[in-house]
Amino acid sequence: MLPPDLKPEQFNGYSLEARKLVTNYISTLQRLPLSFLPSLLREAIDYDFKFPAERRALEKELANLNSLSPEQLKDWIQGFSQIRLSPQLERFDWVNLPAQFVEQLSSHLWTTHQLDAFRIAATAYADRLHAAVPAEPPPIPRLGITVIGQGVSAHDDPLFRKLRPHGAHFTKVNPENGLEVLLNAVAARAKSHPAPYAHWYIDGGLEAPYAPTLTCVSYHALEPARAALSSKMRPEINRPGMGPEALRTLLAQMRPADLGLAKSGDPVMARFQLKVLTEGSGTQIFSTTFAQWTAREALRRAQPLTVLVRFAPRQRQKPMNEMLAAGHEVAELDPLGSLVDADMGAYYNWLNQQRLPGADHSSFLVWFEGHNEAIAIGPSVPRGTESTAATDLQQLLTWAT
Amino acid sequence: MTSYHSPRTKKDRDAEMISNPREFSRQLGWSRREFLRSAAGVTLGSSFLPSSLLARTGIPTGKRKVVVITFGGGARDQETFAPEGQENIPHLMRELIPQSTFFTQVVNRGILGHYVATASLATGVYETVNNFASLPPEHPTVFEYFRKDLKRPASDAWVVAPSNGFNRIGESNHRSYGPGLGARVILPKHLLSAATSGGGADFEHLLRDNYETPFYTPQLGGNEFELQQLGMMLKLSVDDFKSHARTLSSPDELSVYIVRQLMRQMAPSLLWITMHDIDIAHAGAYSLYIDGIRRTDRLCTEVWKTIQSEPEYAGKTTLFILPDFGRDSDDDSGGNGFQHHRTGDALSRTTWMMALGAGVREGVVFDRPTDSTDLVPTLGSILGFSASLAQGKPIPELS
Repeated sequence: MLPPDLKPEQFNGYSLEARKLVTNYISTLQRLPLSFLPSLLREAIDYDFKFPAERRALEKELANLNSLSPEQLKDWIQGFSQIRLSPQLERFDWVNLPAQFVEQLSSHLWTTHQLDAFRIAATAYADRLHAAVPAEPPPIPRLGITVIGQGVSAHDDPLFRKLRPHGAHFTKVNPENGLEVLLNAVAARAKSHPAPYAHWYIDGGLEAPYAPTLTCVSYHALEPARAALSSKMRPEINRPGMGPEALRTLLAQMRPADLGLAKSGDPVMARFQLKVLTEGSGTQIFSTTFAQWTAREALRRAQPLTVLVRFAPRQRQKPMNEMLAAGHEVAELDPLGSLVDADMGAYYNWLNQQRLPGADHSSFLVWFEGHNEAIAIGPSVPRGTESTAATDLQQLLTWAT
Repeated sequence: MTSYHSPRTKKDRDAEMISNPREFSRQLGWSRREFLRSAAGVTLGSSFLPSSLLARTGIPTGKRKVVVITFGGGARDQETFAPEGQENIPHLMRELIPQSTFFTQVVNRGILGHYVATASLATGVYETVNNFASLPPEHPTVFEYFRKDLKRPASDAWVVAPSNGFNRIGESNHRSYGPGLGARVILPKHLLSAATSGGGADFEHLLRDNYETPFYTPQLGGNEFELQQLGMMLKLSVDDFKSHARTLSSPDELSVYIVRQLMRQMAPSLLWITMHDIDIAHAGAYSLYIDGIRRTDRLCTEVWKTIQSEPEYAGKTTLFILPDFGRDSDDDSGGNGFQHHRTGDALSRTTWMMALGAGVREGVVFDRPTDSTDLVPTLGSILGFSASLAQGKPIPELS
């Protein structure tokens, strides 16, 4: 089936809000090429489970496409129109399985050497969309905080090498009650600027006490879900003929209830956590990967005003299948390796925050937990500087923001 | 696939496109050249070189040997050749690069999956086989050209690969070549697993099964090396093999151990080694990715030292080292930095190659673009066979 053949009843499998959204724009969708439309539907089919920022972005994108004249629309999507698809892709149930279609489209683009053409088309479209529908600036400047090095008493290599050129490096930071100070600061922002999913606390281990106004995701709290996922994956991995693509398809079909995530009462967060565990490579086995990927996805999708990410020691490397099969025994930890992971993770958290609107006014703080070292980055913080003056985290937050 | 729903900054767009991917590759090659000139003391090579350097060495074609090392799971410049990354590759920087001819801009225009990319390197054609299926390449491999054209026995062409998924890399299903004309394939992890009857706590660290996803353990089929041949061909008892394996720390170390044994006992003229320790990056742990780079740096040098010390190889062997492709840039919002190679951006496509040993000029760097598919025709010109169905062209500076 091709897009011009679309009919409203074909979206009966979509959840309520998603169905209402796409059927409102059915005539626009009919005019889009098959190389483009399923990517849009992949977002739309999950509309009911998306964060407010994602919903607004999708609504604006559809409204923008709807506002274009036939000639304008042709111009906007001409790059996609030139992508050649296979009959198998045209026969695929891309209305009900858009994510799986996009996976197959990706494979087709690689195989037929059309990936570069698709990249150019996608980049051109994104540029035009961002120009036509500018991103909303945040109501207050964003603040990112990353805490690294839990459990490390000493290390050899210098920390924060990637971030130092962008901010000030402090070496006499009073570590007393440091995590509490930072969590209180996040809670204060949540109180003064309340909004759904606007203030996050992500912990790669056991979460510390936090204000109920924060959206919290932790590796520890998801242990039952991770165990459930592992128990479902193990027999599949050992099944003859199972490969990464088949495994990915299987994971993509999972629902929050399959991993016991539906009990939380928040379907948006249940779906988010499911995707972190099923779409993030390594999030199931390494807590450092979990923390970094969760932060990336939270920033990309929810566009929060505040994110505090605390890394914790991950398990030592073993054969992957064995890590996946681990029972309830205590895993041997690798604190020093985790410090290196988290140091890079902090840099990625900053990069991902800077991709959001309002980056020029955003602030960022990284602290080596329990120690005297930190980096502060902000509009008024001089770049590439060092400070040996005694200070504390509250003071650094004040300077950075 | 790049998500066009990801928020992007001007910096992202600059890094993705600069003006176009070809321009980005050129700038990348230039940066590598400058890093190497300042750190390793290499000089810029001229393209107007005397031809047939290898012929001038006086080594008869029939006596020449080639060893190829590919990395499955590329490493980015910032963790290798850039100033901040050079601490991770001390052996390449100090020992190998000064002895090598280095190509800074090798572009892979094919599919960036490790099996299919290695198959493309080995055939000189951008293969499109399913990266995760147990399928042979569709075009003749370098091993088939070598054996058929030069009438070499099966014992003269070998592949050592850590991943079980590479068991079909030794020969294609091409009707003019194919079964019986390819390389023997050794999968050391499979061998160790068989030797230990499926595992054992002492060997867990050598049986890591990371191959583009942390969980993949492909089923075996095809021409893998059988356990009983361990003793017959490599003169290695199962007990000795197990005993030595206990002293090693990674699958690639196990591979290099097998490579040494193979060079001593069989001395193949064409030996292809793929390494995969760096590919742990897919699990997202940066420290393990760096460990993989440092180990690969050391192991490449160990192979080079073995070449120099083994009488069958010393003075008549050309060694090629190249990643199959790169990894995603930190600046591309569609990826997740070092973790994957999924965006298809210029950084993940533009890699490098070094050649050293017989017939190769030392301490020279070339930053003109070459193609991944040029490797097989280049090997053909060195060893004396014609890669007639390959898409690439012999690299003149090495031919």
